[in-house]
Amino acid sequence: MDFTLILFYVFGALLLGSALLVVMVRNPVHAALFLVLAFVTAAGLWLLLYAEFLAITLVLVYVGAVMVLFLFVVMMLDINLDLLREGFWKNAPLAGLVGALMAFEMAALLLRGSRGAAAASVAPPANYSNTKALGSVLYTDYVFPFELAAVVLLVAIIAAIALTLRTRKETKYQDPGTQLAANSANRLKIVKGMTEKSQ
Amino acid sequence: MIPLSHSLVLGALLFAIGVVGIFLNRKNLIILLMAIELMLLAVNMNFIAFSHHMGDLAGQVFVFFILTVAAAESAIGLAILVALFRNLRSINVDDLGTLKG
Repeated sequence: MDFTLILFYVFGALLLGSALLVVMVRNPVHAALFLVLAFVTAAGLWLLLYAEFLAITLVLVYVGAVMVLFLFVVMMLDINLDLLREGFWKNAPLAGLVGALMAFEMAALLLRGSRGAAAASVAPPANYSNTKALGSVLYTDYVFPFELAAVVLLVAIIAAIALTLRTRKETKYQDPGTQLAANSANRLKIVKGMTEKSQ
Repeated sequence: MIPLSHSLVLGALLFAIGVVGIFLNRKNLIILLMAIELMLLAVNMNFIAFSHHMGDLAGQVFVFFILTVAAAESAIGLAILVALFRNLRSINVDDLGTLKG
C-alpha cells in the first residue's frame, strides 16, 4: 500500500465526514464552512488524480467565490432555525434507508470491476503540464462550448442582478433618458425682465 | 496507484450523502442548495477519475463546464432565495404554496 493510496483514503474519509456534517449540522453557517472543507478536500483528491488545473479552479472558484456567496446570503437572512429543523429526525430513518440502499447498489456494481478500466492509469511524464494540455484542447476542439459557457455566465450575472435589484420609491435618482432628451432650450431660459428705464 | 473503482465508490457515497441531505433538510432551502452542490461534486469526482484512468482529457473539459454551470446555478439560486426572503420573510419550503401545485 503506497503513500498515494493512504492519502486517498484519508482525504476520502475527510470528504465523506465533512459532507455528512454539511447535511447534519443545525447552523447553516457551520454547514457552509463544512462545505468549504469538503471542497478543499476534494481539490486534494483531484490533485492525487493528476487534475491540477481543476483542483486549483475548484479552490479559487468554489471556495473563493461560490461559498463566500453562500456565507453572505446565510448571514444576511434572518431565519428561524427551529421552524426549519422540524421534521428532521422524522425524515431521518427514511433518508438513511434510501441513502444506504443507493450507496450499497452503486458500490456493489462498481466494486465488481469493469472491462478495460485497468488499462491506462499511469502517472504522466515529469514535464507534462496539465494546464497546458487542457488549454490546448479547450481552445481548439471545445472552443464553441467554451464560448457558450461564457454566455451562460453572462446570463447568470444578468439574472442575479435582475432578480435582486429593487428601486425604492423614496430614493432620488437620475433618469438617463430624460437627461439625454434634453436640449439647450430646456437647460437655459432667457427671461426678459422688467427693468427700470435708463435716463 | 488509486484503483478506479475506489474513486467511483467515493463518488457514489458522496452522491448518496447529497440525496440524504435533500431528504433530511426538506424545509431549509439553503441546505438544499448545498446538497445539490455535493451531488455535483460527486459527479465531477467520477469524471476526473475516469479522465485519469482512461488517459483522456475530455473528462476534465466536462468537469470545467459542469463547474461553470454549477456556479451559475448557485448564483441564480441564491438570488432567487434573497428575492423570496424579501417577499415572504421566510425560506421555509412549506411557505412556498402560492401556485397551489
